[in-house]
Amino acid sequence: MTIVEIGLPKRLVELTLDGESVRVPEGATILDACTAQGKSIPTLCYGDTLKPANACRVCMVEVEGARTLVPSCSRKVEPGMVVRTDSERTRHSRKLVLELLGSATDLSTTPHVDEWMSACGADPARFGPDAATVAQPIKVDNPLYVRDLGKCIMCYKCVDACGDQWQNTFAISVAGRGFDSRISTEFSVPLPESACVYCGNCIEVCPTGALSFKREHDKREDGTWDEEAQTQTTTICTFCGVGCNLTLHVQDNEIVKVTSPHESTVTHGNLCIKGRFGWQHVQNR
Amino acid sequence: MSRRKKTEPYVRLTQPLVRDAGVLRPATWDEALDKAAEGFRRNVANGGPDAFGMFSCARATNEMNYMAQKFTRAVIGTNNVDSCNRTCHAPSVAGLAKVFGSGGGTSSYQEIEDADLIVLWGSNAREAHPIFFQHVLRAVNKGAKLYVVDPRLTSTGKWAHGWLRLKVGTDIPLAHAIAREIIASNLTNMSFVERATEGFQEFVKAVEPWTLPVAELETGVPAALIRELAHAYAKADRGQLSWTLGITEHHNGTNNVLSLINLSLLTGQVGRYGAGLNPLRGQNNVQGGGDMGAIPDRLPGFQDITDPSVAKKFNDAWGSNFKAAKGWNLTQMLEAMERGDMTTVYIIGENPVQSEADCEHTIKRLSNLDHVVVQDIFLTKTAQLAHVVLPAAAAWCETDGTFTNSERRVQRVRKALTPPEGARDDIEIMGEIATRLGADWQHKTGQDVWDELRSLSPIHTGMTYDRLEALGGIQWPCPSEDSLEPSFLHGRLWEEDPVKRGMPATFSPVPHSPPVDELTNEFPFRLTTGRRLDSYNTGVQSSGFESPLRMGETLDLCPQDALMLGVEAGEEVAITSRRGQIQAPVRIDDGLTPGLVFMTFHFPDEIDVNIITIEATCPIAGTAEYKAAAIRIDKLPVKVG
Amino acid sequence: MDLKLLDVEPSEAERVVVDLFTGTGRDQLLPALHAVNDRVGWISQGALNHICRVLHVPPAEAYGVASFYSLFSLTERPAKIVHVCVDLACQVNGAKALCDRLTDELGPAGARSGWLRSPCLGVCEKAPAALAFEAGEVAKEQLLAPTHAGEVIAVAAGGPSPVDGERAEVPQAGAAGLRLLKRVGVVDPESLDDYRATGGYAALRTALLLGPSGVIREVTDAKLMGRGGAAFPTGRKWDATARRPVRPHYLVCNADESEPGTFKDRLLMEGDPFAVIESMTIAGFAAGCSRGYLYLRGEYPRALHLLRNAIARARERNFLGENIMGHEGFSFDIEIRRGAGAYICGEETAIFNSIEGFRGEPRSKPPFPVESGLFGKPTVVNNVETLVNVPVILTEGCEAYTRIGTEASTGPKLFCLSGNVSRPGVYEVPFGTTLGELLDLAGGVPPGRELRAVLLGGAAGGFVRPDELDLPLTMEDARAAGTTLGSGVVLVLDDTADLGSFLLRIAAFFRDESCGQCVPCRIGTVRQEEAMHRLVGKRPLSTSAEDLQLLREVGQVMRDSSICGLGQTAWNAIESALDRLGYAEEAAS
Repeated sequence: MTIVEIGLPKRLVELTLDGESVRVPEGATILDACTAQGKSIPTLCYGDTLKPANACRVCMVEVEGARTLVPSCSRKVEPGMVVRTDSERTRHSRKLVLELLGSATDLSTTPHVDEWMSACGADPARFGPDAATVAQPIKVDNPLYVRDLGKCIMCYKCVDACGDQWQNTFAISVAGRGFDSRISTEFSVPLPESACVYCGNCIEVCPTGALSFKREHDKREDGTWDEEAQTQTTTICTFCGVGCNLTLHVQDNEIVKVTSPHESTVTHGNLCIKGRFGWQHVQNR
Repeated sequence: MSRRKKTEPYVRLTQPLVRDAGVLRPATWDEALDKAAEGFRRNVANGGPDAFGMFSCARATNEMNYMAQKFTRAVIGTNNVDSCNRTCHAPSVAGLAKVFGSGGGTSSYQEIEDADLIVLWGSNAREAHPIFFQHVLRAVNKGAKLYVVDPRLTSTGKWAHGWLRLKVGTDIPLAHAIAREIIASNLTNMSFVERATEGFQEFVKAVEPWTLPVAELETGVPAALIRELAHAYAKADRGQLSWTLGITEHHNGTNNVLSLINLSLLTGQVGRYGAGLNPLRGQNNVQGGGDMGAIPDRLPGFQDITDPSVAKKFNDAWGSNFKAAKGWNLTQMLEAMERGDMTTVYIIGENPVQSEADCEHTIKRLSNLDHVVVQDIFLTKTAQLAHVVLPAAAAWCETDGTFTNSERRVQRVRKALTPPEGARDDIEIMGEIATRLGADWQHKTGQDVWDELRSLSPIHTGMTYDRLEALGGIQWPCPSEDSLEPSFLHGRLWEEDPVKRGMPATFSPVPHSPPVDELTNEFPFRLTTGRRLDSYNTGVQSSGFESPLRMGETLDLCPQDALMLGVEAGEEVAITSRRGQIQAPVRIDDGLTPGLVFMTFHFPDEIDVNIITIEATCPIAGTAEYKAAAIRIDKLPVKVG
Repeated sequence: MDLKLLDVEPSEAERVVVDLFTGTGRDQLLPALHAVNDRVGWISQGALNHICRVLHVPPAEAYGVASFYSLFSLTERPAKIVHVCVDLACQVNGAKALCDRLTDELGPAGARSGWLRSPCLGVCEKAPAALAFEAGEVAKEQLLAPTHAGEVIAVAAGGPSPVDGERAEVPQAGAAGLRLLKRVGVVDPESLDDYRATGGYAALRTALLLGPSGVIREVTDAKLMGRGGAAFPTGRKWDATARRPVRPHYLVCNADESEPGTFKDRLLMEGDPFAVIESMTIAGFAAGCSRGYLYLRGEYPRALHLLRNAIARARERNFLGENIMGHEGFSFDIEIRRGAGAYICGEETAIFNSIEGFRGEPRSKPPFPVESGLFGKPTVVNNVETLVNVPVILTEGCEAYTRIGTEASTGPKLFCLSGNVSRPGVYEVPFGTTLGELLDLAGGVPPGRELRAVLLGGAAGGFVRPDELDLPLTMEDARAAGTTLGSGVVLVLDDTADLGSFLLRIAAFFRDESCGQCVPCRIGTVRQEEAMHRLVGKRPLSTSAEDLQLLREVGQVMRDSSICGLGQTAWNAIESALDRLGYAEEAAS
């Protein structure tokens, strides 16, 4: 007889979500419960392949009996919990968080943020023209990556992907403190002097475009980046036998970017330098 | 100042070439295909089917590999088909197939994450298999113990709880000593040994001489560390043993593999969730190439070619008449070329001129041939020797099909790009040649080919394209469209019912045999080879992008040796073996020990390391001893002026 | 792990001090950074690189940690630096004039001029204060309090003297009926024999007789509540930890006293260090901890020396170590960890990250420390003052203890009186004493001045008006009155105080001390400070009403959605100034 792993037994937990009684598996987060109910909660620092960073506070919801709002992306459901996702307090919190972010950060390449802002009436300009921002020059110090930290919302996802959650390279960390904190190599040395191995897994999880591939950056700069005209096709990497899933973003029959499907049990969205960048040879034509 | 030029990236082939008056010139597709077919026909007519050899491609799809072996067997009528798995993991396939009946890694990546102990033997997975190593690190970060067996302290070894620095080529003594220690400490899993194995008593005798002190002397690994690993592996609830080319690229690679398999039999670390044996495959479809029968001794699905009933099944399905006998493997084919028994080859997507050990020898052999057809996306060094060159589509992004990875997961390859004008799909090209040779080959899509394979290979039968799509790939075996098998192989060995248990797994009392290329006063350094993170094999593909990490070919040696030789980092030196001489700049690496030096093989157009490697091959699997050459290092004379 | 280090080597001096950490790991990162800073005054690339090599820490992470703490510099600076306090109590006592003089004489604050502006140094009873550090083979620190420009300039020129032997002082020293302060200023803080001669270690003996559950029962029945600000029942915390099957358990004594205006724990540690050690030992015994960490803020050099001495003496006499007091199987020891200039590290989960060698950022709760705390293990975190109540409970009995104070707020309580008050200092009174009685004890505002307001509970607390002095100082009464006792700060402002500047300082404090992890606090504290500048400077964006509205909205999101108590309370004091002191109308006028 062979014993097959079936995981730990799961119970269902009953809670009240915006007035409705719902049942979700024990260990699920409030966000999971919302997603299961078809409720869309905005998130920025949440990553489907990462542990919750709890940093952006866009996904806050109200839990009855809790002194403060709670992050839906990380708070696990409890029996009898009463959750409100659209109360006065949550709407105020979401609006202010988006306004604060927008007032300090360039969100021009952050997907969905415009919809969220208009949905809650956020106006980042109301802090005035002299409000401090994190604007700074773009860093281009290698042929593969671009770092535009004026777009960085400090979500920690790149640090987590580079660190012990996936890549274990630890080339970048959060440095400094408070409003001056930033994603940095040691002593801000250029990436080629750092431990970076150019796996691109940081870019894969960046929610704002603060980290991007040089090819994409260059094409955006010269106005030839056209997402509408791109196809995305998932195939398998041609280097080594691990079988990593690659999603090729193709524009005008040229690969312009490579990502990896987060649900792949082989990669969980991660690649190495060869998979991420080793495609040029097929289009040296 | 370096004399070396940077490798120019290869440019895609978009026009067929034919050799005319000794020179390759552009030709039309029709002319090239006619010429390719004509040459095959002529040579087979003169020398019989066995004058033909097929080098199939471990980077192409399963579908293409299936068709390549079908072309060889059904159209030509020989079993001389092989692929570059010969240069890497043929010993793994041979060893695993010998003991368990099928030549695949036994566990899934998820099981690696869920293991309690992981042994990486002769593997620098951190650089060569980075995403596999992420699964290993997930386990380590959850508390699993990692042991690394490697002559070098690599970036993989730096993560290990225990690093066993063995001398190159002493894997069998180390494995035997571990086995002996397990037996002597009463840690043998006797219920597994009694139920599922054969040959235990002979094995006990074979390992008996390898006491810890004897093994320490032979391998250089401290006895205490051997003991530690033996106990850790035997006591782990879920122990994983993975290896790469450090085990297989030896003149006795198959025996090396068998010596590791012994350890799993002894401890019952196989056939259960989380416990297993996993060779990490070096090329994207080297697993699939073998699975598809693009090897001389197996038909698709590891079916035994020497079994007449199996051969009949295929001959009936294909309307063909190949023999139920093993063909020549790649190494044997190269030898047959030298003898003049093989006069023509069809090389699809392989670059043996640069990937084979002792490459000057390979060039000579290929130059002997009457007719060489190379089908590739680039004009490689091998293609430059061909009589006909056929421009192909890139399998991984310009065709539809499947690859099979190191965890036996068959996954869909999808066409994302239109091939450059002039290049054609491998299967289509093969069909054109087959048709010219009189076979009735209609054009088939990847899916058509796959469905044909499924009808003939029971381990693939349940894997429709729709299921592969929906499930994100399926691991073989998958005999039914309605169910999935466990993620690990050989669970049958644990069955109480002997019928269900099937063929027992046999212990292999393999002998120790040190590297062929002996160290002498004239050649005092042991050269071993391997990969770096950002480069791949002969560099044909990886030279296409600009890597901030790339440093080119170097001769890596330890600080003590550099001091002794009076050489500095960056200094160009002469490196001489019994076969040839090359030059390369020195790089200092603390991870090496005195007497051991390291090179890659990624930059053959600049520095061709395979000029000096040895072609001593494994008699069972035919893999060359890339990991152990004897060399000398000389300072270059100071240039005057 | 496969570390990649920079190609930079340390100086010989740096190498020597870092090599002492050979064989240790990540959790020694902060001590190693201190060692380099103590030796050369700053952290060079070579030194950080070498720390990473020895401790196996990735350089980017070590840099992230080093750059988190304000006492460290990652750019070159002189060995000698004077930190001049510009925080609340010192501001009220002439810090601005002091800094103006220093700017004139030494140049603007910075590494080059040798002096820096500092948040509260925790010597508010002797404001204005400064603290001098000098790196060298023997690092020196000197506290200047109260100080004046001449002294700061002289020290900046000549270098600090080694830590002095000056005794801790409290205004009530030697008074009858003191429990927490009974030895402070009276008993030699360096002598274990003196400590024992005044009842020391009697409580530990009682504890060993009672057994862990007996101790927890006494503490629970005594209704001891945390004195760090959150007022959580101590017995429940200990019990929850003690019940966890996972081992080891840890004890952390939170001595990172950084709330502006708070200095009670410093006086306890300087005046009665053995009591802190004994209390920790009892707590460790009760909660099943084998190891205790005493996390001491980096600005308390004198407390550091006295505690180190106390631990060494206690070990000599087997009050720490194996089988303590002959009690078979009870082993406990204490390691001191020095903070390095980060208010946030006083947060109970940030303190874990700091000890473990990570950035001192708070963790998300749940899980709570009793379940998963230091190194992921069940952990008790208690404030110094909370702990030193335990020997009182065990020697007097929980019944006697509950007769002190009120029904709900039992026991004695320390308050830190500073600002415009005649006799500043730490005072011990029973819970329930009114604010007015406490002010009277300290002599009220200086003669001829009028009381303007009292900041209760610190920068994270709130203001009360002169007409609210009958407020009984208990947890429940403060809550009912919409304020908090917080960490026991009673900072008095008279009619000469500049409330606008005072509020600006509070806003600047939170902006400086936000760790930056969550958006509401990281950006909200900046927007709060910007708006306060406009209000105080009467340069509104459009109208002051709009700025006030902005402040309230930002304040609300900080309170609702910040990760930790810092962000959640960063708006409290300003809000109470606007509403309770009427500053909203003042600003809008």
